[in-house]
Amino acid sequence: MEHISLQHFLVVSSILFSLGIYAVVTRKNAILVLMGIELILNAANINFVAFSRYGNFGLSGEITALFVIILAAAEAAIALAIVLNIYKTFSNVNVDEINKLKE
Amino acid sequence: MTDTLIINFSIIMLLLPAFGFGILIVFGKKYPKLHWLEIGILSIGLILAIVVLITKLTTYLHDDIAFNFVWINFSNISLLDSFKIRLGVKIDNITAIMLFVVNLISFLVHVYSLEYMKGDPRFNRYYAFLGVFTFSMIGIVISDNLLMIYIFWELVGLSSYLLIGFWYEKKSASDAGKKAFLTNRIGDIGMLVGILILFTTYNTFSFDSIFHQISLGKLPFDSTAWLTVTGILIFLGAVGKSAQFPLHVWLPDAMEGPTPVSALIHSATMVAAGVYLSLRIFVMLTADAMLVVAIVGAVTSFLAATIALTQNDIKRVLAYSTVSQLGYMIMSVGIGAYAFAFFHLVTHAFFKSNLFLGSGSVIHSMHHEQDMRQMGGLRKKMPVTYAAFIVSSLAISGIPLTSGFLSKDGILAGSLAFGHLTGHWLMPTLGFLVALMTAFYMFRLIIMTFHGKPRNIEKYEHAHETPFVMTMPLVVLSLLSIFFWYTLNPVAPEDGWFLHDWVKTPAQVTPIETRFDFMVNKPAQETSVIAEGTHGTAEVSSITNSEEYEHALHWAHIPSLILSLTLGGLGILLAYLIYQWKYIDPDKMADKLRPLYLFSLNKWYIDEFYHATFIGGTIGLSKLLSLFDKYVVDGLVNGTAFFARLTANISEIFDRYIVDGMVNGTAFMSGLFGLSLRKLQTGKVQTYIVFVVFSILILLLLFKPF
Amino acid sequence: MNLYDLIFYLFALLTIVSGFFVVSSKNIVHSAFNLIFTFFGVTGLYVLLGADFLAIVQIMVYIGGILVLLLFGVMLTHKATNVEIKSGSIKVIPAVIGVGIFAAVLISIMLSSHWKDIPGSIPSTTIYGLGKLLVTDYVLIFELLAILLLVAMIGAASIARREKE
Repeated sequence: MEHISLQHFLVVSSILFSLGIYAVVTRKNAILVLMGIELILNAANINFVAFSRYGNFGLSGEITALFVIILAAAEAAIALAIVLNIYKTFSNVNVDEINKLKE
Repeated sequence: MTDTLIINFSIIMLLLPAFGFGILIVFGKKYPKLHWLEIGILSIGLILAIVVLITKLTTYLHDDIAFNFVWINFSNISLLDSFKIRLGVKIDNITAIMLFVVNLISFLVHVYSLEYMKGDPRFNRYYAFLGVFTFSMIGIVISDNLLMIYIFWELVGLSSYLLIGFWYEKKSASDAGKKAFLTNRIGDIGMLVGILILFTTYNTFSFDSIFHQISLGKLPFDSTAWLTVTGILIFLGAVGKSAQFPLHVWLPDAMEGPTPVSALIHSATMVAAGVYLSLRIFVMLTADAMLVVAIVGAVTSFLAATIALTQNDIKRVLAYSTVSQLGYMIMSVGIGAYAFAFFHLVTHAFFKSNLFLGSGSVIHSMHHEQDMRQMGGLRKKMPVTYAAFIVSSLAISGIPLTSGFLSKDGILAGSLAFGHLTGHWLMPTLGFLVALMTAFYMFRLIIMTFHGKPRNIEKYEHAHETPFVMTMPLVVLSLLSIFFWYTLNPVAPEDGWFLHDWVKTPAQVTPIETRFDFMVNKPAQETSVIAEGTHGTAEVSSITNSEEYEHALHWAHIPSLILSLTLGGLGILLAYLIYQWKYIDPDKMADKLRPLYLFSLNKWYIDEFYHATFIGGTIGLSKLLSLFDKYVVDGLVNGTAFFARLTANISEIFDRYIVDGMVNGTAFMSGLFGLSLRKLQTGKVQTYIVFVVFSILILLLLFKPF
Repeated sequence: MNLYDLIFYLFALLTIVSGFFVVSSKNIVHSAFNLIFTFFGVTGLYVLLGADFLAIVQIMVYIGGILVLLLFGVMLTHKATNVEIKSGSIKVIPAVIGVGIFAAVLISIMLSSHWKDIPGSIPSTTIYGLGKLLVTDYVLIFELLAILLLVAMIGAASIARREKE
């Protein structure tokens, strides 16, 4: 086994990203879809920090990751508000049953 | 030390009304008593103006106080080559006096409006607009450069528009506002072009800097003709604002606004801004430009006076008399009587706002009746207003012991001297005729309103003297229409402090060959020939008018005095003969001179003329174009269409069988694809995400870096 | 294989395994709790990468904030009477195949690319540097994000607000 390098982190983030995609695509519950999105964002963040560390970019990667976390917080708040509204309208939060976009 | 204080005072004076405007416009609806703030601000402004006036005229009598700063610095942009826009304040004697006049009249009008506008639903907005007007007027007065003047010039136009159309529910009022705004705009375009010509030449907006460069011989496009044109273009702004012919049509209509506003804006201060601007650019006007200015002034003055003779609306008579008096001032600028123009501006501001406030008082007590034929006999009911009217009318008619006599007589003497020296006898002729007519129509107004028997008994019964807040301004302004504020000698204004010490005609900076002969000092010209090349012509311009001019002025003094007194007396006598003692029946006279009477009553048909030419011309032109469209263009189009149809018939056969076949085939294929692709549109978010992921996957595989 | 590598594998495993449970668990509450471990694993990776401040922010914001928010969402959108916390999946088999291909491509790209690999020295702390960058180079973005957060807060409140009858 070689020494831990950049690729190791990238592989972990790739797997995490794919898991996130899986959750977003397959799960019925809107909240689980949100969790998938959080996983995707985390995967991206790992990439940022890893590139920042191994690519000798100083701290710019970490700053970006920080901004992503802030965005994730804002997004989670808004998304949950929307989920609550959907729940009020359709009295469930299963995204596969909500196909108003079709009309 | 004191000069910085004066600058600070004038800037505070400038900004306070703007502050008041902001507060009133935001909180005015919530706090109905807030208009007292504006009155407080104006009283502070008045005190500051008095301080500035006294300091300037005692300590700094011969020095100008100036202050300027870089507003926008473009020097870091290489293309513009160290270009800076400076703003600044300059207080010279006429500025200090104007500040006092503007603040005083504005203050009096504010107080007066307390009663006149009482109960108006937009009371606080009215005061807010007055505030923005005061702000912009002070801005015009104190600025030392053309850019700032232009900005405040437009602001004044705006506030005038807002106040004329203040009762915008009345269609005539909102129309009048629009008319004023648009008419002013025509003049302002000329002014803007003039300013831009000056700026491209001298790379600065500052008066002093421009004048200095002109005196060094630098001219726009190196030609004196362009200097003349520039002067006339800037003067065009003054033509619009001061309601000079041919742009005078807005001012009489502006009387739709509240009467105190007419007193403040449309008689005393704003319209005087045009004269003020003409005075500012006086030194750069060439002889040709001055001749244009003088002719415009004289014609306006005559035209307005003839119209005023027959008007029946009390405010319209005053409006035309304002136009006429402004024409006097402009003419005075044109004939080189700078000091008298300013003197008349000040005296006129006082007595004309007095007349307007007086008429407002009459209108107020007559329950908004403006037709003089409904009035009469009000003398006993309204003694204070009557007295104020008499004093002001004597002043405007140029009767001795009043301020108007001093300034008007000076202008008439100047015009006489001008005619004598240059051979242009048009100005003195019209000037004296106007003097006769002014006296006549002012006393016609007084007799119809205050003397005789009441014509409308019902309204007469209700009439009453207005309360103290309305009569107080009248008393103050009447006192200011007496001679002793300006000089001790009631017949020779030149000896008084106003003209002897305070306001002096500045020297022209234009090249010597473009000046009137009498404005060039003969011996000085000889020295300039010697000094040419070393000092340029700058040296010469420190000496004003030649001995010749002084002699002519001296010569003209006595004849003009006699003539104007005779004519003024004659005018008053005529008015008494016709309207008081009824020796001549005005109606019969009108019948005899029917064409002339109608011509005057209908304001020389200028509005109709504009309607027929400019407005009708535009409509006619568009009709002509529409006819052209209909027959020529349409004919062409129809001809083309015929051929097109022919070709189309042939190609239709081709289309139907060959092209349509192809198109239908394509449509059929599209439909087939659509049917199958339609199933992809599920409306479910997750399906869409799957597509996105797949697309990314395909892109990754297409552009794989491995 | 030194201690650093061991810790890396430990955290990587924690992240991936708990992440797997997040996406596969039938019970939403279980998913949420597994999400804690995923976030924690990512935190560990941050620490290994020398991003100490980010690691702390990750714990505070994700575990302390977002996760609690998600749990609230779970509680609010399921009726307390009939506890239907379980949630199914749709088309599992094609999704697994699709995501599997996607993951394979992604990983192969990550491994086969020639990354620029110049590890700089790990600073003892990044807080000082981050703080400085935030108020100098990135100050505009920083301010904008502050506004964004405010807007998001107001927006969330306004969306979730109950309509007055």
